[in-house]
Amino acid sequence: MLAWLSALFMLLGSIVTFIAALGVLRLPDFFMRMHAATKAGVVGPSLLLIGAGFHEPSWGTWIKILLTVLFLLTTTPIAAHLLGKAGFLGGVSLWKRTVRNDLDDVLPTRVFLETDASVSGRNTEADMMTGSSETPHKR
Amino acid sequence: MIDIIFSATVQISKFLLFSSMILVCIRIARGPHAADRVVALDMLCLLGVGVTALAAIANGSMAFIDVALGIALIGFLATVAFAAFIERGTTSNGED
Repeated sequence: MLAWLSALFMLLGSIVTFIAALGVLRLPDFFMRMHAATKAGVVGPSLLLIGAGFHEPSWGTWIKILLTVLFLLTTTPIAAHLLGKAGFLGGVSLWKRTVRNDLDDVLPTRVFLETDASVSGRNTEADMMTGSSETPHKR
Repeated sequence: MIDIIFSATVQISKFLLFSSMILVCIRIARGPHAADRVVALDMLCLLGVGVTALAAIANGSMAFIDVALGIALIGFLATVAFAAFIERGTTSNGED
């Protein structure tokens, strides 16, 4: 009975994880990709961990698994929030059929300076250092 | 009966997890912005947690659960650090 449960949770977890990875690859926008990676990306490994708990059930295993699932559920929204704010400030392009953008007049959109050595040559990093040291960021 | 189904499930889960790793790596190589790459890297860390749980099931040794906890911790710290880096590396449109 426990082996059946373990196999069921393992299959469910890997299918949800595959759907999440498919969403990360295929969705058209940065925020949609982050939505796929955050929600389904937490549920899939959590289901796999619960399946591992049903495989060899004991108190120590279950406590570690519940701690890991709780940690994932706590930290992934925080990381996604920080990353979404950084991406919006860094000027990711929204989907071209986006209807409304409520953050448009709240947060300023800036440009992320990518250090692309093949385009700008060797002094990109020096320019970025001097630029960031001379002009403090407007917050 | 259950042995055959169980090993088949392990194989199917391995296939799904590693193909999703390949898909996420394609997004890392293709992402137009740096934030897209960081999202894909976060997803790759979560996939590492899943693969470690699958290794715990397939090998029958529950010591892999500790590894899953460690990978989750490191992935969170890496994502937060990359987010701070992206936010610090931006300049306003009027300044530069």
